[in-house]
Amino acid sequence: MKPFTYERAGSPQAAVASAAAHPGARFIAGGTNLLDLMKLEIETPAHLIDVNGLGLDQIEGTADGGLRIGALVRNSDLAADARVRRDYALLARALLSGASGQLRNRATTAGNLLQRTRCPYFYDSDLPCNKRLPGSGCAALGGYSRQHAILGVSEACIAAHPSDMAVALRALDAVVETLRPDGSTRSLALADFHRLPGETPQVEHALEPGELIVAVTLPPPPGGRHVYRKVRDRASYAFALVAVAVIVQPDGRGRVALGGVAPKPWRLEAAEAELPRGASAVATALLAEARTTRENAYKTLLVERTLAAALAEARS
Amino acid sequence: MKFDTPSAENPTDRLRVVGQPVDRIDGPLKTTGRAPYAYEHHDGFTGGFADGLARPAYGHVLGAGIARGRIRSFDAEAARRAPGVLAVISADNAGPLGQGPRNTAKLLGGPRIEHYHQAIALVVAESFEQARAAARLIRVEYAREAGEFDLAKVRDSGRAPQDEPDRRLGDFAAAFAASAVRIDAVYRTPDQSHAMMEPHASMAAWDGDRLTLWTSNQMIAWGRADLAKTLGIRPEQIRLLSPYIGGGFGGKLFVRADAVLAALGARAIGRPVKVMLARPLVFNNTTHRPATIQRIRIGATADGHIHAIAHESWCGNLPGGSAETATQQTQLLYAGAHRLSALRLATLDLPEGNAMRAPGEAPGLMALEIAIDELAEKLGLDPVELRIRNDTPVDPHDPQRRFSQRQLVECLRTGAARFGWAQRNPVPGRTRAGRWLLGHGVAAAFRNNLVMKSGARVRLGRDARVTVETDMTDIGTGSYTVIAQTAAEMLGVPLAQVDVRLGDSDFPVSAGSGGQWGGNCSTAGVYAACMRLREQIAQRLGFRDAAAVRFADGEVQAGGRVAPLADAVRDSELLAEDSIEFAGLDRKYQQSTFGAHFVEVGVDAATGETRVRRMLAVCAAGRILNPKTARSQVIGAMTMGVGAALSEALHVDPRLGCFVNHDLAGYEVPVHADIPHQEVIFLDGADPVSSPMKAKGVGELGLCGVAAAIANAVYNATGVRVRDYPLTLDKLLGQMPAPG
Repeated sequence: MKPFTYERAGSPQAAVASAAAHPGARFIAGGTNLLDLMKLEIETPAHLIDVNGLGLDQIEGTADGGLRIGALVRNSDLAADARVRRDYALLARALLSGASGQLRNRATTAGNLLQRTRCPYFYDSDLPCNKRLPGSGCAALGGYSRQHAILGVSEACIAAHPSDMAVALRALDAVVETLRPDGSTRSLALADFHRLPGETPQVEHALEPGELIVAVTLPPPPGGRHVYRKVRDRASYAFALVAVAVIVQPDGRGRVALGGVAPKPWRLEAAEAELPRGASAVATALLAEARTTRENAYKTLLVERTLAAALAEARS
Repeated sequence: MKFDTPSAENPTDRLRVVGQPVDRIDGPLKTTGRAPYAYEHHDGFTGGFADGLARPAYGHVLGAGIARGRIRSFDAEAARRAPGVLAVISADNAGPLGQGPRNTAKLLGGPRIEHYHQAIALVVAESFEQARAAARLIRVEYAREAGEFDLAKVRDSGRAPQDEPDRRLGDFAAAFAASAVRIDAVYRTPDQSHAMMEPHASMAAWDGDRLTLWTSNQMIAWGRADLAKTLGIRPEQIRLLSPYIGGGFGGKLFVRADAVLAALGARAIGRPVKVMLARPLVFNNTTHRPATIQRIRIGATADGHIHAIAHESWCGNLPGGSAETATQQTQLLYAGAHRLSALRLATLDLPEGNAMRAPGEAPGLMALEIAIDELAEKLGLDPVELRIRNDTPVDPHDPQRRFSQRQLVECLRTGAARFGWAQRNPVPGRTRAGRWLLGHGVAAAFRNNLVMKSGARVRLGRDARVTVETDMTDIGTGSYTVIAQTAAEMLGVPLAQVDVRLGDSDFPVSAGSGGQWGGNCSTAGVYAACMRLREQIAQRLGFRDAAAVRFADGEVQAGGRVAPLADAVRDSELLAEDSIEFAGLDRKYQQSTFGAHFVEVGVDAATGETRVRRMLAVCAAGRILNPKTARSQVIGAMTMGVGAALSEALHVDPRLGCFVNHDLAGYEVPVHADIPHQEVIFLDGADPVSSPMKAKGVGELGLCGVAAAIANAVYNATGVRVRDYPLTLDKLLGQMPAPG
């Protein structure tokens, strides 16, 4: 771990101002991923701005009947919130399928969105990885890639985004609210928040330097039946090989988002239009652009079968 | 004490303390954090550490960034100048180092690199964080060389290990060809990591030319000898202490880089130094269970009698490394007149392969017990019945040699009844519960009972407290407790009156913890020392015939006379030392432990996820010294078997020559949610041939066969036969029917 300076910010404005004054600074919230990466010197911020005390830990109803989730709301608290459980069950289920109880008690809403891939090559600085060291190559492509992405990948990177929460948020049309160092705010649809790797896999999201997530807002409850199905090698405490989030309305329309298969939570609205034609048609549309390795080719079949099971459950 | 005839009735047969399910006596120390582990000997938490030693410095190990080649340049200047840094040790400045006979690769590499993450430097600093940060500043340039990392590719270059020649009986080829029913299949087991909770750790302190090393090691005498050889000093100059160990599973049978580098670091700076391997280093720096490719051919008569059986296994290791003896159980488990077993060892430049819990039998049974299941199906015979039909009371290669005890059939029958095996549908894929396809599987468990000389000394203090000292280790197995139970039984005192001190090279050399020999052998050594002490006590108290004296309830009695035990030590304490030496019974009799595993799994009909629903183990392992600690050993082993079956694998990158998944997120061992219900039954049966304790090993038996029982249950659930561990869903999915 490289030596770093540390401060506790007193307000969101102070936090972004400090970030602007300290190029390369990182915000720290739960620290469940950043600290590990700092110990391995994969992240080497010279300055840490602790945002835990900013009061961004409230869940509030919005004027239009949606929900505004503070950036610092812990995963455990979010999953236990009565409104979330009643109106956004998909989100509660996704959250509870992730990590462990201890980690969910620390991990925050914004931090979860910003967590980095769990590709093992990324975590070992003796091995090639374009995301960690641009230009060094992607060792996973042609290497151990059983867990890796099959959609949205590039020659430079096939790492998957590990979040469950983000998959549910994507299906729920969440919007990320931010504050910039100049004091301006903006709203980013979650769909536009994460970046695909292309030739720059080290760039993972749309935030500008010093820009702070202050909240995630959800539109009014979508209704329908919610199913979150996470597939993994052990029953708990493992990242998704494939995750399927579905919301199905009584009239058969619905939404589908995937986890564990792409560098971001994956959703194609065009594929959802195929819902009346059945799971197989939806899967075909979702997977049309899939690019697999020898080791992760099974994921296409797994998506198709898991989606079919999730839709059957939602319609039962 | 020489043990050369089966044990007659002896004081442990009373079973007043021995054989009772008492709690672990070290439990309170551990649950309150007061048991000092190797890395915890520092000020404020001395735990027996001699007062007055300076605060230790911290070492951080740098591992090689290539798998094979040479260090072209090594620049540690920036590291040496970094804050708090006291020394950087590498092959350049460490001085000449020897190599212990139990280590295959050098524990400090350079300039030659033999495997990925081989230690090449230790940075010593005032704080752990400073040492770790400075290690990142070392600039190393390598000349990378091609290596062999793919077992399948090199398998045909394998040769029979010198100490493991092929074994043949009869004419396998002809008998197999003539058999009415045959199976011939290839099975694969992956490289596995011990993944113990406590990483390898050591703290070293020099006093002149004498070294004290607190470490986490299963075998004190081996460790001391190999460390002395490595450092070029005499064993007597080393005191090695390992009183508490956070799991070993064979990964701590030998000294590793942490021990050697802590010693070198402490010598360089003239201060104690402690070193723990960072978790990501453990997987490639230390040892692992090597992968195998196994071919099994079995020929049977139409009524299910095995006529011909062949087991061949291929594995790889660094030059000079040993083979995984995956065929050994096949020589003893089932009858058959025509037999062949053969090991082939090829050269691989991966990290060193070595012992992991039940080496040989664990991966061997993963293959053999699927093969038996396949044979049963082909014969149309129940797999429990097939195993029973092929039981053998003698070593098939040497029919004069009987098993000292053999309860395989009883294990199978007891387990089948308890598990409800008769209700199983033998037709695969027919049992459904909601989204789950249910399956039931069985496998035999087998592990040899090894015996090793073991010593102890026992003191009866003037306060009538009993103190046992032996260099035996407790790797979480319950050694402290079963040793205390033995001494309490032998001397007729309550358990609370016994103190046990372990894991110190100043104590008599024991069998140590390995190969499931520790419990039986170390308590037998304590038995021997207690017999000596009983003679001394009897003499002090004026009893003429020590053999007739009875020790019970704090009293000594014979011939109608009763004397308080405390009277023997009114004036001075008594001290006795002895060891148990096993002399020939292990050659005259085949000593083995037996079991049967029954498993119910659910396989998700859509996703192919396998979850174990219930497990039953029936174990026959001689006298069970403590049913509670033994049960903990067996359920822990069963859990390890779930990992072996379903998730555990070190994934080799054959281009880079390393295990890619090297932390506990990437190397998936079972979590609590994976283990819903476990039951263990021990069959009664003291084995007087094994030792005066009449016990045998059980800690490894619990693992043997588990993974195959799960694999067989998965087949029963799905109809998909997977012969390549672990049975992850990607290996099932393509062959599973569409979910309905």
